[in-house]
Amino acid sequence: MMKLKLHKLLHSTGGEMDLSVNFNIREGQFITLFGESGAGKTSVLRMIAGLMEPDEGLISVHDQIWYDSEKKINLNPQKRNIGVVFQDYALFPNMTVRENLQFALQKGQNHKVINELIEIVELGSLESRSPLTLSGGQKQRVAIARAIVQRPKILLLDEPLSALDAKIRIKLQDYLLDLHRSFGLTTILISHDVSEIFKLSDHVIKMKQGSILKQGSPTEVFINQEISGKFKFAGEVLHIEKQEVIYVITVMIQSTIVKVVAQESEVTDLHIGDRVMVASKAFNPIIYRIDA
Amino acid sequence: MDWGPLILTFQLAAVTTAILLFISVPLAFWLSNTRSKVKPVIETLVSMPLVLPPTVLGFYFLIAFSPANAFGSFLDQYLGLSLVFSFFGLVIASVIYSLPFMVHPIQTGMAGLPKSLTEASYVMGKSKLETLLRVQLPNIKSSILTGVILAFAHTVGEFGVVLMIGGSIPGETKVASIAIYEEVEALNYAAANFYSMVLFIITFIILLLVYMSNGGYLKRFWK
Repeated sequence: MMKLKLHKLLHSTGGEMDLSVNFNIREGQFITLFGESGAGKTSVLRMIAGLMEPDEGLISVHDQIWYDSEKKINLNPQKRNIGVVFQDYALFPNMTVRENLQFALQKGQNHKVINELIEIVELGSLESRSPLTLSGGQKQRVAIARAIVQRPKILLLDEPLSALDAKIRIKLQDYLLDLHRSFGLTTILISHDVSEIFKLSDHVIKMKQGSILKQGSPTEVFINQEISGKFKFAGEVLHIEKQEVIYVITVMIQSTIVKVVAQESEVTDLHIGDRVMVASKAFNPIIYRIDA
Repeated sequence: MDWGPLILTFQLAAVTTAILLFISVPLAFWLSNTRSKVKPVIETLVSMPLVLPPTVLGFYFLIAFSPANAFGSFLDQYLGLSLVFSFFGLVIASVIYSLPFMVHPIQTGMAGLPKSLTEASYVMGKSKLETLLRVQLPNIKSSILTGVILAFAHTVGEFGVVLMIGGSIPGETKVASIAIYEEVEALNYAAANFYSMVLFIITFIILLLVYMSNGGYLKRFWK
């Protein structure tokens, strides 16, 4: 469990802003910070990483205090073991791709993790290249892999995918999910892309003007609730098929596969792998007891 | 022809540059990171040799280092150092005189380095020193090279400071620029021309190398 209580007066272009947030994160959660620019999302990430000091507050991670303004505790970034993916990637230009990853190794750490990561994000053919010669998507893969080398408990990503085109973005989202699961990370992401948030995160914190406006699951935060829908399930699109004039979308909800009929207009911005909400209003379900 | 003054000149420049490199890296690092209120004062002091006539610096060094005064006599009595009219005194004076030429390029280089590189390294658990040596310095190589060469060239071209506190002791403080002045005074134009020509050519080559390497010409040449 990670507890955050942060308070800081920020000086930005639009004048002073009072950043004041208070939230908890469970281990293994994938959290997204969402909100217009200047809402204070990056500042929150920087305070978690120890790169910015709050005016007052408390950060505790698994009962370890990282920051406590009352007890004057402020762990420096070196001691927090956090993986950070910076908006500008922050790859070291004086090192090759592999050297960038090696640099992140901790004292006495097994080198095996490097090969493992290079394989997961498919950097094998690029490992001896200089970061300066890579495309944006390639740089981002290196940055993400590098952030995980040190086996952090927490991964912070500041709008890592916003500069990439849609196709690469989807691929990178898959890498992220994969890494989040296989390395048992608690991930905090800043994103503006609602479909990305639906795909990746299980908790959204919507910020405005330095405070939390709303938080909850992506559906709770984004879907204008209570469309009188009694049945509502989140799932993943597995297949989209055109049949005559309608479409049949196959959706996986938990471990059940269901088919949903849809119209062309609903299908246009749906893709395989998208997270969707299947809801239904005003119908009469059949209910029966399951005899054991 | 007496090569002594030329050799002395390049010895002085080499020693000065080496010392400056050690002083300037931490100083530039501090200047580019600090928010301290004394920063403008330190920056001003570092830059003073750019605008002050060298004779002013030389004059104050002469006064300060003089065994007749407190600082000079302290050095003389307790450390056995005499900084006036000695090679060592020239080194100290040159270090201060060429300081801005080394500090400025390195400071500019460090300030131009994206902050996220440093932060990424800190987040990976690397200390400030390790980050400086493995991330920051390797990425401002061309700034360091510029600093080294400008400081070297500037020390070679020094005259006023040397004249004030070094005098003209052969093999000790008689550097090429002083030698030229003396040869001209003695109407010995051939010798003056020799020293001048050597300085001219070497300084030209040094500066040419800086501009070529910063423009990437050398890399193309080597590859």
